[in-house]
Amino acid sequence: MKITVNVWRQKNASSKGRLEKYQVDHVSPDMSFLEMLDTLNQQLMAKGEVPIAFDHDCREGICGSCGVVINGLAHGGQLATTTCQLHMRKFKDGDNITVEPWRANAFPVIKDLMVDRGSFDRIIQAGGFISAHTGSAPDANGTPIPKENADLAFEGAQCIGCGACVAACPNASAMLFTSAKVGHLGLLPQGQPERQQRVLKMVAQMDTEGFGGCTNIGECTAACPKEIGLHFISRLNRDLLGATLRGGSTVD
Amino acid sequence: MTTEIKPQVDVRLPVEYTDARVNANIPAGPIEQKWSKHKFEMKLVNPSNRRKYTVIVVGTGLAGGAAAATMAEMGYSVKAFCYQDSARRAHSIAAQGGINGAKNYRNDGDSVYRLFYDTIKGGDFRAREANVYRLAELSVNIIDQCVAQGVPFAREYSGYLDNRSFGGAQVSRTFYARGQTGQQLMLGAYQALSRQVAAGNVDLNERTEMLDVIVIDGRARGIVTRDMVTGKIESHLADAVVLATGGYSNVFYLSTNAKGCNVTATWRAHKRGAFFANPCYTQIHPTCIPVSGDHQSKLTLMSESLRNDGRVWVPLKAGDPRSPDKIPEDERDYYLERRYPSYGNLAPRDISSRAAKIVCDEGRGVGPGGLGVYLDFTAAIKRLGESTVRERYGNLFDMYERITGENPYKGPMRIYPAVHYTMGGLWVDYNLMSTIPGLFVGGEANFSDHGANRLGASALMQGLADGYFVLPATISNYLAQGGLEKVDTTHSAVQEAVQSVTALTQKFLDIKGTRTVDSFHRELGKIMWEYCGMSRTDEGLRYALQRIPELRQQFWTDLRVLGSGDDLNQELEKAGRVADFIELGELMCLDALERAESCGGHFREESQTPDGEALRNDDDYCYVAAWEHTGEPSKAVLHRETLHFENIHLAQRSYK
Ligand SMILES: Cc1cc2nc3c(=O)[nH]c(=O)nc-3n(C[C@H](O)[C@H](O)[C@H](O)COP(=O)(O)OP(=O)(O)OC[C@H]3O[C@@H](n4cnc5c(N)ncnc54)[C@H](O)[C@@H]3O)c2cc1C
Ligand code: SF4
Ligand code: FES
Repeated sequence: MKITVNVWRQKNASSKGRLEKYQVDHVSPDMSFLEMLDTLNQQLMAKGEVPIAFDHDCREGICGSCGVVINGLAHGGQLATTTCQLHMRKFKDGDNITVEPWRANAFPVIKDLMVDRGSFDRIIQAGGFISAHTGSAPDANGTPIPKENADLAFEGAQCIGCGACVAACPNASAMLFTSAKVGHLGLLPQGQPERQQRVLKMVAQMDTEGFGGCTNIGECTAACPKEIGLHFISRLNRDLLGATLRGGSTVD
Repeated sequence: MTTEIKPQVDVRLPVEYTDARVNANIPAGPIEQKWSKHKFEMKLVNPSNRRKYTVIVVGTGLAGGAAAATMAEMGYSVKAFCYQDSARRAHSIAAQGGINGAKNYRNDGDSVYRLFYDTIKGGDFRAREANVYRLAELSVNIIDQCVAQGVPFAREYSGYLDNRSFGGAQVSRTFYARGQTGQQLMLGAYQALSRQVAAGNVDLNERTEMLDVIVIDGRARGIVTRDMVTGKIESHLADAVVLATGGYSNVFYLSTNAKGCNVTATWRAHKRGAFFANPCYTQIHPTCIPVSGDHQSKLTLMSESLRNDGRVWVPLKAGDPRSPDKIPEDERDYYLERRYPSYGNLAPRDISSRAAKIVCDEGRGVGPGGLGVYLDFTAAIKRLGESTVRERYGNLFDMYERITGENPYKGPMRIYPAVHYTMGGLWVDYNLMSTIPGLFVGGEANFSDHGANRLGASALMQGLADGYFVLPATISNYLAQGGLEKVDTTHSAVQEAVQSVTALTQKFLDIKGTRTVDSFHRELGKIMWEYCGMSRTDEGLRYALQRIPELRQQFWTDLRVLGSGDDLNQELEKAGRVADFIELGELMCLDALERAESCGGHFREESQTPDGEALRNDDDYCYVAAWEHTGEPSKAVLHRETLHFENIHLAQRSYK
């Protein structure tokens, strides 16, 4: 197939970007979206033009590196699919595709389709962990955890930190990302001692980074390749309210 | 602990080589006591002095992330590096199936000794006993540590941890988190690391690629890096350096590894004096999605756990054009069940991969180009129901469908072997220290624990054993021995390393040829797959050893890298990696040629049993091949570390 793509080109963080139009001639339906960009890059380099920069690594939908807005939809809009797992068979010969980076104040563009998601790391650093010093662990089967809780914790833990939720949200809120981690750790007995502090600190960091507030629109979960549910946001809000009322103390 | 496992054939004594350059420093004493005794005898650094020591950790995967977090917790000043935009994205994130732990929670006869035995045997008697025993011993602590961090392993309704069996094992000792075990373990290590970053104990440098090791007075004292956003080339000094930079499967271009996985860190260390061990030992994983066309940029693994319920088959007749559902039972060849009745579809990876190659070479392969075999769940769906199969493998089935456009609930999957893991890596002693004092190597980047073939669910275990438990102890011992002079960036060795990286970076840009990095990488990959892949011959390897230097010559005269070195330039990054892969490829072929026996993933056609199984030659090859760089890959000097099997007797491996 032949595809026309309009790709965001931006030399670096301080320069202005714009959409550039390219034609990709030999697109196979079995190609992934990133393989289509690879093909375009080979074409560009043959002509002596600088290739398009985009983040990617595993190309298996698990590392969370990739992610672009395709025709206005984060990761292209296919249910539960990252950009690297989106395949060209979802497009038609002659299609026109617009490809842009995530847009959010807290994710500044570095070059072309690449953004800086360091703000996500800083949210985790603020409290997205259980303080378990290496060597201090009791036997793994010492504390049985009801399967239901463990499964729900796992659901939240699946977040790949891609940022699609932020890109999809009209407020550029990081609530889904943050709540997935708060939920994961808060559902486990090991996560209880730090539960109040965790939610307060992570939410404060989220605000510091310049992410927007959550107004329950739900675009985030629709774009999320791991289908993290909105119930994690409700859970975070409950925890946040409780923690605020208790002033962050674990003692009732 | 005692064992009832008896050797199956006569014990043969290996040839003895003595080479002081590769002294493994294995502690004396019975195998069960070596590690605890060694831990007691090792020197310690007083907690109040630890902050004065800087340790560089390159890589934030399971091995590096765990090591950096743990050493920071202990009080050392840690500087960590990774090439991705976040430490969480190291390739460990992609591991699917699970992690072994000799917990014996199933009461099915597992023990530390059995895991040790299985790993030695699985590695086809080409791993060091003492290291493997320690690995098995630490496996239980890893599971505890991860659960304490909140890693959500699968659980049963009772609330206790679930286990499953995994390729090559007859006990259920694998802990898992659906098909995302690596991700969950990785996030556990990343979160531990994040906590230390917040505490100010780790200086974390993302999007920063290590391009050289700084060696001063014979010791590793730092690294040279390039900031991948600004292009800035810088030196970082330390008292010890850890490389935990993963494997080099991407030398084959197509592999199940992430696109960025590379050999650069370890290769550049090799060129500075670290020996490279067993480079030819590569693991070809039997269950991957077959290649779909020339555009293919990587291959996708379908977790081996699928073989627990899926049956592997091809048509009995070569060139059978019928669709799988039209082929009756008696015209199918369930070749793994036929050839390996006691292990069946769970036969180890090297054996399953080669068996797939054989039936495809016979013209019985399925799908485009005849390069595929069926993995069939019809029987499992009948027996367990679709919903149970979905519960177990749902995400894998979905992934298969996304990539191929075919529904695996309706018809069998097509799979084919793909390069997956590299057992070879930098040579290390029992303390995980390379031949450059002060340079430690952990995880897939070292060669140490898997011999010639790695068992499923063992790499995650090894990465975390190295990172959480071994490196923090052995590095403390190294630092406590003292003798480390103060160094600063004005030192001539630092200047020289920075200049050489700067010059090399510019060199790629100055060639201004016609071919892209990828075109060279693909060509190298084809040579490696053809001649140094699933089956190798003297003739083929010699041919490859001719072709690779020619390719290298073309690379250095006809490469095209556009843009500049002063900002983000992904082609420039790739150029450096491919330059190193080309050199490594040559050493791999040399190593494969030198080892004229078959063992594990290394199958030399000249060395096989009458029924086509790998034939080891313990008389001549019971050693680790550690290569010393002397200027050119072709001139590398071989050092042999003899392997001694004092606990498990050398036996021909059989999975019949
Ligand atoms: C698809 C897949 C599935 C797997 N499934 C399993 C499984 O089920 N069970 C199992 O036990 N094993 C499995 N494995 C193997 C296992 O995942 C790996 O061997 C293991 O995770 C490697 O961990 P590591 O810490 O050594 O390296 P990695 O996780 O690869 O980390 C390497 C780190 O080094 C950094 N790095 C590399 N080069 C440089 C450089 N030059 N400069 C700076 N930083 C650098 C990277 O940024 C990264 O942080 C699987 C592997 C694959 C590919
Ligand atoms: S919540 Fe979903 S969309 Fe947001 S970062 Fe996590 S995986 Fe990506
Ligand atoms: S490249 Fe890893 S999720 Fe897409």
